[in-house]
Amino acid sequence: MQMNMVSALNNALDLAMHENEKMVILGEDVAKDGGVFRVTDGLLAKYGENRVIDTPLAESSIVGTAIGMAIEGLLPVPELQFAGFMYLAFSQIVNHAARYRSRTRSAITLPMIMRTPVSGGVRTLEHHSESPEVEYAHIGGLIVVEPSNPYDAKGLMISAAHGKDPVVFLEPTKLYRLFKQEVPEDMYEVPFGKANVIKEGNDLTIITYGTMVQVVKNVVEKRNLSAQIVDLRTINPLDEKTIIDSAKKTGKVIVVHEAPLSFGVGAEISARIAEKAMFELDAPIIRVGAPSLPYPFPADEQYYVPNEIKVSKAIDKLLSV
Amino acid sequence: MKADCGSLIKKVYEASVNYLQILDENGNVDAQLLPKELDDRKIIEMYKFMCLARAMDAKTLSMQRQGRAVTYGPLVGEEATQIGSACAMRKNDFFVPTFRQHGVYIVRGLPLDKFFIYARGFEDGVSKTENVGATPEIVPVSTQLPHAAGIAYAKKFKKEDSAVITYVGDGGTSEGDFYETINFAGLFKVPLVLIIENNQWAISVPRKRQSAAETLAQKAIAGGVPCIQVDGNDVIAVYKATADAISNARNGPTVIECVTYRMSMHTTADDPTKYRSDSEVEAWKPKDPILRVRKYLNRKNLWNDSLEQQMNDQNSKLVDDAVAKAEAFRMDPKAMFENVYSFMPDVLKEEEDEAISSNFWQ
Repeated sequence: MQMNMVSALNNALDLAMHENEKMVILGEDVAKDGGVFRVTDGLLAKYGENRVIDTPLAESSIVGTAIGMAIEGLLPVPELQFAGFMYLAFSQIVNHAARYRSRTRSAITLPMIMRTPVSGGVRTLEHHSESPEVEYAHIGGLIVVEPSNPYDAKGLMISAAHGKDPVVFLEPTKLYRLFKQEVPEDMYEVPFGKANVIKEGNDLTIITYGTMVQVVKNVVEKRNLSAQIVDLRTINPLDEKTIIDSAKKTGKVIVVHEAPLSFGVGAEISARIAEKAMFELDAPIIRVGAPSLPYPFPADEQYYVPNEIKVSKAIDKLLSV
Repeated sequence: MKADCGSLIKKVYEASVNYLQILDENGNVDAQLLPKELDDRKIIEMYKFMCLARAMDAKTLSMQRQGRAVTYGPLVGEEATQIGSACAMRKNDFFVPTFRQHGVYIVRGLPLDKFFIYARGFEDGVSKTENVGATPEIVPVSTQLPHAAGIAYAKKFKKEDSAVITYVGDGGTSEGDFYETINFAGLFKVPLVLIIENNQWAISVPRKRQSAAETLAQKAIAGGVPCIQVDGNDVIAVYKATADAISNARNGPTVIECVTYRMSMHTTADDPTKYRSDSEVEAWKPKDPILRVRKYLNRKNLWNDSLEQQMNDQNSKLVDDAVAKAEAFRMDPKAMFENVYSFMPDVLKEEEDEAISSNFWQ
């Protein structure tokens, strides 16, 4: 069935809610309104107000109460309306959601799915366009995923619902309705920690995820490059094997993400390649990301978010070595 | 102007806060308020628990000073708040503590050696608290309160006859998570009992510098939650307030402010003489929660010096045995790596393997 990312996520949540009667969705505007992006649309009518909960407008306790629900055996799916507002829940996520398993030696575990829209390009107000993946990926105990297409979005959501760990589920706002794709109506899982080689190639490797996958694909297609494109899908745990194998295969690597360059996922990947495949590289690794500054106001974002020109120039630089 | 508007002004809300004391500092009990189920045997039991908590507390403090325990937050002076509320809990109730409710765990039956394993700094000390219906002690202030509300939501969701009792300090009532919890609990009418263990000091900041509110209990009123202030050094009043709140929990939450006093330091890492006077501490000594129960029991001929000695010997033995067991505990550093996710990520496995093969752990 043709689905965009919103309908794929909605379908995944519906199947998971149907399967597990202890699964609950909570957050601001998730019930009657179906979420500001309609990801939870229709679920209130199907599962009732005890399981699809419009909470008070209070992010810390949305995650905090979800942690309590998970302690008591429910499977909570808190929605944080925008990534910029999720910081109010940061203490709960970092100090508690991530740590409960380790601090209790696995006696108390917190399967839960913390969903939030991320990244920009859709001209929204301030604090609606951040790409915060590193802030969560740095925290041991959290799984951090970011799908780039409807198929992966549904499969990762089903994996999260079947898993035993707290998952930070980052949904690129720009991709919510950008395109449709054939998505199976039944349940299927896209496993955590497994990157997707979406195109095989020999001349260079481009490692990316989230919104930048479309940008990279467009450039590679337009220039007809023999590029190996790796879509991480899971940020943490990182699929180091696919990254290293792809780096060795082509000897040339670019990492592309929308988040600011400094201390980003690109830095982590570059370091790992440098440690394990440096002598098989033909050129220095190149990173492409947003400038190292706060996400600007909507009218400026075209100068901020990495675009095809920026990616293409980086490829020129890499191939010229 | 004023006269013209007068008819438009009407009172839309009014509230007050009650204060409860049953056992005063001279050992006198208000017989009318004494809960029926609190017979002599039960009061002696509470007394013994308070004394055991104080013995454990003193032992941990001395161990910390000897380098045998890590930073520790003593409970001395706050025994009535902890033991009174813990004794009111039913078997199927659940509690969510801060970092100071060591006494509550004792009543709930956490093996004493577990307490000392935690005091020595190991996760394994709090790894099985769910066996006594509790979460582990938690260090950040107030962040445990939303967990308690969420657990209470889940208890109600599962239609369990169970209340969740949680604790916070006076300083903790200034945190956002405190207000968010009251708001959530009041809105969803979850079976939550939130006990404010107001010991007057948040490290060096006194209660009066924490809030202009006359009582901390009244903070509940804004969230539509019933509240009461009790003498937190009166184990009987704390027991009654908690028991009443628990029996009403199916209708919704209650906030109980227990007015007590932190007789010692915030934790072993600070020195209270820097910020509070000896005379203030001296003034609280006659209000001691244990002393007044002993006065009551003595007067009723239910207690004497020989029973006291017998109990103290027994407590020393219990504590010493638990410490010996806790000090024999050895941890395996692999446990750090193997309890992060439900599976072992390759990246983490590599770090563990390197630590082992390079003999980092000796």
